[in-house]
Amino acid sequence: MNEIDWFPLLLSLRVAAIATLITTVVGVSGAYALARFRFPGRGLVEAIASLPIVLPPTVLGYYLLVSIGRNSPIGRSYEAVFGRQLVFTWQAAVLAAAVASLPYCLRTATAAIRAIDVGYEEAARVAGLNGTRLAFIVTLPLAGRGIIAGISLAFARALGDFGTTIMVAGNIPGRTQTMPLAVYDRVQAFDYATAGVLSGVLLFVAVVVLLGVRRLERTAL
Amino acid sequence: MSLTVDARNRIGEFHLDARFTLPAGLTVLFGPSGAGKSRLLRLIAGLDRPLDGRIALDGTVFDEVTTKVHLPTHQRHIGMVFQQPYLLPHRTVESNVALAVRHDERVVRHARTRELLAKVGASDFTLRRPGQLSGGQNQRIALARALAGNPRLLLLDEPFNALDLPVRRQLRALVRQLVDDSGRPALFVTHDPDELRDLADNVLLAEHGVIDTIDDIAGALKRARINSPRDPLI
Repeated sequence: MNEIDWFPLLLSLRVAAIATLITTVVGVSGAYALARFRFPGRGLVEAIASLPIVLPPTVLGYYLLVSIGRNSPIGRSYEAVFGRQLVFTWQAAVLAAAVASLPYCLRTATAAIRAIDVGYEEAARVAGLNGTRLAFIVTLPLAGRGIIAGISLAFARALGDFGTTIMVAGNIPGRTQTMPLAVYDRVQAFDYATAGVLSGVLLFVAVVVLLGVRRLERTAL
Repeated sequence: MSLTVDARNRIGEFHLDARFTLPAGLTVLFGPSGAGKSRLLRLIAGLDRPLDGRIALDGTVFDEVTTKVHLPTHQRHIGMVFQQPYLLPHRTVESNVALAVRHDERVVRHARTRELLAKVGASDFTLRRPGQLSGGQNQRIALARALAGNPRLLLLDEPFNALDLPVRRQLRALVRQLVDDSGRPALFVTHDPDELRDLADNVLLAEHGVIDTIDDIAGALKRARINSPRDPLI
């Protein structure tokens, strides 16, 4: 076994943490809107947001690559502001992980909010609460366990993303090579021992997250 | 303070037609299950919108369909106790009540909360959570929350249905006292003749979705006997 390079683990943790932060903000606010407001195209929005679950990761990565590439409006705007391209950077890996993991947070949080007895919110409205106060004091805490479960699933998904990440961030050792890519790389080089250690770390994180989610679901309010 | 209601609504096959001016004191909205009592309270609270008509409390128009006025629930300054307490399980008793006190200063909110909890006999468990209390204790807290915002009108939707008879009696006396102290009109929904006899200054009758007759207790019970001759409670 070669000496293990822990850069992919540190990068994966950084990418997954930032992606989960984005997913939490977008996913929870999106879930609140989907669960509590009626607007035209709600079903379509819900379906599009769930696409990353059913699309092959490489297809998702392709569309993301087209959307943020140098010739796209997003890619050009990013380059104009930061002076460098977005694709094939660790920031692109963050975007890939966020998009791939978003539906796990969104769907779980939407279901959790929809499961709340609206009587709590109605009683709070009569008591004078509305808007963000109602959301942060009543709705989100009542759906808290479901939301945390969704965020945990999103983190696990972000940590393990392979296909979408390799399409938009590449597999550059020391720059964009995350854990799942490093495992692939090690197997290609017949270094099964290192691949085993790296895979073990990912397996451990996944099991811990799933046990935590199960516990949250069983003790839901 | 006077509430005037002249409103109609339809929920599926059910039609609600309400026309009355609420008298001062404690008015019991009396009628059998399915007569539209809770639906009316939801309209007054702004939780549902009328299809037609107008609801106003003194000079404040709550709903006016012709001018498309609909005052949001949180701006109506009313208090309401539901059939279930609906207290937030993740907050303490004190915090549940304090949330409803409409005042910017924390000290004032705290004092008002403590005063209300003392009034409803809940001073001993201010720091407990609703899940640690009995059904009767939770409805006491819900009463305190309903009064916390100095409401201009108090609505009570069969609040003691799920409680034992001795607890119901205690809480009826508490409601009577709280309404008298507040000096605000109150509308108490029930289908229980005992509650009607114990509480009513006036009676508003609900029959098959029509709510337009104000009567005294004797008159209300007489009408109920005619409509439900086999009910031994009436």
